[in-house]
Amino acid sequence: MSKFKKKKGGELPVISTASLPDIVFMLLFFFMVATVMRDSTLMVKNKLPAADQIQKLDKKDRVMYIYAGEPSPRYTDKYGSQPRIQLNDKFSTVSEVAAFVLAERATKRQELQNVLTTSLKVDGDTKMGLITDIKQELRKVNALKINYTTRIGDYTQNRD
Amino acid sequence: MAKRTAPEVNAGSMADIAFLLLIFFLVTTTIETDSGINRKLPPIEDVEDPPIIKQKNIFTVVVNKNNQLLVEEELTNIEDLRLLAVEFLDNGGGEGEDACNFCQGPGDPKSSDNPVKAIISLKNDRETSYKVYISVQNELVAAYNDLRDREFLRLNPNGGLTFVEAYKKYSDPRTTPDQKKLLKPKLDLVKGMFPQKLSEAEPSKN
Repeated sequence: MSKFKKKKGGELPVISTASLPDIVFMLLFFFMVATVMRDSTLMVKNKLPAADQIQKLDKKDRVMYIYAGEPSPRYTDKYGSQPRIQLNDKFSTVSEVAAFVLAERATKRQELQNVLTTSLKVDGDTKMGLITDIKQELRKVNALKINYTTRIGDYTQNRD
Repeated sequence: MAKRTAPEVNAGSMADIAFLLLIFFLVTTTIETDSGINRKLPPIEDVEDPPIIKQKNIFTVVVNKNNQLLVEEELTNIEDLRLLAVEFLDNGGGEGEDACNFCQGPGDPKSSDNPVKAIISLKNDRETSYKVYISVQNELVAAYNDLRDREFLRLNPNGGLTFVEAYKKYSDPRTTPDQKKLLKPKLDLVKGMFPQKLSEAEPSKN
């Protein structure tokens, strides 16, 4: 009788999957914590330009977002391919920006109303004309703090 | 009598449930970008008589509709913009009460007097691409930040922080009020030495 008896047959040892749920839960919690739900679905192309001299945006309740860019492929039939402004969930014209800012401001708490920042999320290929128009509208309603939201990266990435 | 054990619940499907949730969150996750270049727009009211600024204290940057860069009337590559801006701001060509005692520039009398007087004027066309505009803004802010970093390090040699790092620390909500109180005068001092005077002209129409 040998002590080193060969195990029977070529059966593979069963791998215990008992810790699998733990691993999956770990990942799950990570994504649950990291997820930020978007308030509005993007309807425009939104490849932000890159910059490296950046500052972090304020807390979320002090920021309002204005998106601009070419309409996404599924909206081009209806809205064409000229860059448009998106406010909340719909395409807007420049003249609606002021009303949007005032409406957004009214929904915020009193003490925050003077410290609001407008975050401009504009596609890199947009022409400055549209952005200048937005800025003029913002000046009219005294929303002077703006933030050109960008990706983090070297400016050389903006060439292509 | 044998002790009765509670019947075991089969946990085999737990992984499946967790996977389901995981995939849901994976799909819905969009990592939001929440940083960018902060700017303050000028108020709309017209200034009655604008202050007279000496031409040598203005650094003009023009981006035309073909995304070409004109710095002080000369065609320039964007790679050179940062250095040119630093040179202009740091020139220190002033005399008497306009003299700049911390500037390290050549002191060219044709360039800016001191950083407080120096103004960068940025003008763009309606056809300029946003990408290029952001690149230019980025480089100009970088020029200011480089100079502020330099002065901050000179004034606080044992802090181990640059201006940008210190500012980031100051804006971080985790920093305690005591630390903030300590940082604020240092930051304000350097900001006062190199105030960001970036003026944007009304856009040109073609």
